[in-house]
Amino acid sequence: MTLDGSPPRRVGEVVEANSASFTAQCYTLYDAPPLGCIVSAGSPEIYGVVCRVATEPLDSSRPVLARGETAETEEEVFRDNPQLTRLLTSRFEALIAGHREGDADRHYLPSLPPPVHSFVYTCSPQEVARFTSRLDLLRLLLNSGPPMADEVLGACLRGAAVAHDDSEAFLLRAGKALAAELAGDLPRLNSILKKVSP
Amino acid sequence: MTGGPNQNGDTPSPAADVDLDSQGAALGLVVDGSLSQGVEVRLDPSASVEDVKVGAFVTIRGDNNNFFGVVTDVSLGTTDPRLKHTPPQVDNPFIAQVMSGTVAYGTISVLPNLIMPAVMGDSHEGPSAAKTIPPHFSRAYVASQRDVEAVFGQEDQGHFWIGSPLDMEHKLCVDLDEMVKRSIGVFGKSGTGKTFLTRLLLVGILQQGQASSLIFDMHSEYGWGAADPENHRFAKGLKQLFPARVSTFTLDDDSSRRRGSSTDEVVRIGYGEIEPEDVEMLRETLNLSEVAASAAFNLQQKFGQREWMSKFLALEGRDSVFEMANEIQVQPNALGSLYNRLSRLKRFDFLVESTRQDAANRVVEHLDRGQHVVLEFGKYGRDLTAYMLVSNLLTRRIHNQYVDRKEEAEGGQGREPRPLVIVIEEAHKFLSQSVASHTIFGTIARELRKYNVTLMVIDQRPSGIDSEVMSQVGTRLTCLLDNERDIEAVLEGTPGSRQLRTVLARLEPKQQALIFGHALPMPVVIHTREYGSTDSYEQLSRSAAGWTAPALGETIETHEERLDREISELFPEDG
Ligand SMILES: Nc1ncnc2c1ncn2[C@@H]1O[C@H](COP(=O)(O)OP(=O)(O)OP(=O)(O)O)[C@@H](O)[C@H]1O
Ligand SMILES: [Mg+2]
Repeated sequence: MTLDGSPPRRVGEVVEANSASFTAQCYTLYDAPPLGCIVSAGSPEIYGVVCRVATEPLDSSRPVLARGETAETEEEVFRDNPQLTRLLTSRFEALIAGHREGDADRHYLPSLPPPVHSFVYTCSPQEVARFTSRLDLLRLLLNSGPPMADEVLGACLRGAAVAHDDSEAFLLRAGKALAAELAGDLPRLNSILKKVSP
Repeated sequence: MTGGPNQNGDTPSPAADVDLDSQGAALGLVVDGSLSQGVEVRLDPSASVEDVKVGAFVTIRGDNNNFFGVVTDVSLGTTDPRLKHTPPQVDNPFIAQVMSGTVAYGTISVLPNLIMPAVMGDSHEGPSAAKTIPPHFSRAYVASQRDVEAVFGQEDQGHFWIGSPLDMEHKLCVDLDEMVKRSIGVFGKSGTGKTFLTRLLLVGILQQGQASSLIFDMHSEYGWGAADPENHRFAKGLKQLFPARVSTFTLDDDSSRRRGSSTDEVVRIGYGEIEPEDVEMLRETLNLSEVAASAAFNLQQKFGQREWMSKFLALEGRDSVFEMANEIQVQPNALGSLYNRLSRLKRFDFLVESTRQDAANRVVEHLDRGQHVVLEFGKYGRDLTAYMLVSNLLTRRIHNQYVDRKEEAEGGQGREPRPLVIVIEEAHKFLSQSVASHTIFGTIARELRKYNVTLMVIDQRPSGIDSEVMSQVGTRLTCLLDNERDIEAVLEGTPGSRQLRTVLARLEPKQQALIFGHALPMPVVIHTREYGSTDSYEQLSRSAAGWTAPALGETIETHEERLDREISELFPEDG
């Protein structure tokens, strides 16, 4: 998925996976897909929604230290410590939202998560539009558990809307589907709707 | 994106791919209900509660049946009770749009009265009473013209366009063939449109051509017509619209002439035609005691039918009346008061010593020719005594003739008399509990159409009508009524009268009527068809021209025969 319309590209590799989510490491520091982005991993594709992006030390036993006290700019910090880019890495976690089976999208969990070292790609707008033509993923996301689930959902819908020809209609449809899911929880519905309101 | 998404928001509503001609706008889904209470339909987000009104017709597509029903209630629902306390940000149009129809939605209650025939347009199978309800998630639609036609019939010779259902442009028709088989009642308080509705019904009966009508036109408004000050125009009567098929009789020649009404006959009634029974019926209006009224029978015995009245009124002075009382053995004071009251009749110019022409016979002759007869009362319309006397007297004599002829026809001699609808105003005077049991109108109402005579009663005080008679009124058309007792009287014996009561009390004060009874598959509120504009006259007389009444004696086409003929006209065989 590319909010800026750039073609799909390989952004990383699965380093950890379970039935509900997988974690990928980016090839390039700070080059993670944005929150809510729909990515695919493995073949046949397993689709996920980016729910957490983190940049952290490669070796968790060696915490990162502040180094820029004497530097003028932030760029200077990296220029003066070229090893830093090698000590840090960007990782992202994606909630599995469905998968491809034959010619069809399946909007439920695959029987197995993607294997470790599967390549992870962003999706083309067509692919996003196709996958979000059904909105079952809303339910998955709503029930996914992370404290920020609603934020992820909002970001995902905003992003997916761009991929649809009529984004407003898509958002309205998504809004109504959300309303059906959250019929008994108006405050939550209200807060998500505010995030996606065009 | 307009079609309502369903709960998942992912499949387009099926309404989109259905032929729109045969189906009204989609309303929503059945989500709850029972046969006794009706079903609850949750409105699609695209259907606004404001567009659905109580009384409107709805069709519901069940799995195997199409149901036809009427909206009995409209309400607002929400999935989360917190909505009431913390309304969402509706100033954000997106949020408002999302919420409406989902968490906040409208529902309508629909009473599914009927199951529609499976094959539309199949005349053999009309709608039948619904004994079950559509299942969950059946779709509900606004009823279309075709649905309305399938239930109430399509405008044709037997089905007369009487008005339109509430908030619909569709034509709603009544089955006149059925209607004239039993008595008809037109009710409503003053100024609600009884006269206009009656005019329409009469035009319908005239066009339909199976029955004649005899109208005792109290206010002289059905024959030639009368001013309609509220619309600043003149409402034409039957004679103006169908001069060749309507005969006007008048009691008040001067008035008819002044109004420019062309009359065919002037009615004169001889004293000899007045019978003690007429006096009996006038007891209340003349304020006579029972004893006094029954003295007329003694007089009749003494002098004979043809003479009793003129001989009695020829008596002069108190003494001779008292003498007479002794002679015929009635209480002198009673006879005295009878004398006084009957003397009042002398001021009626239409009462004469003797006439060459018998009015009842003349009326019957016109009726036999297939004419519709209007008797204009002119100035006598303001006198209830004159109105009741003449209507009662003529009706009794005409009815007698019908009885004779019907019996002859049953015995194999002669033709059956043409069915007759007799129209009277102020019906409660004729049909009140105290007189209905022994007057001709009560008899006609009770014997149904045994002798081919039925009544059309027009009244603003239906509670005054004997309830036994009321129960014989097959079809009732009632405009607004506000008196509780009147409402009760009109609805008595009708299933669902509780719901109808609210409907009846909520009618517009004019040109709206609740119609129900044996000629209608279900009760319906109509906006009465416009009567009085140039267009309306043209439509009314055009359809009449197309459906000329069958000549007398000619057998009348049955429904099947008509269909056969129409089919063969549409698809003529080769050669
Ligand atoms: N079908 C109609 N078409 C046009 N106007 C109508 C119609 N029905 C009623 N009206 C209007 O309503 C007014 C009253 O109607 P109408 O004279 O029939 O009332 P009513 O019930 O007979 O009153 P009353 O009891 O005084 O005789 C009419 O003058 C006319 O303006
Ligand atoms: Mg009137």
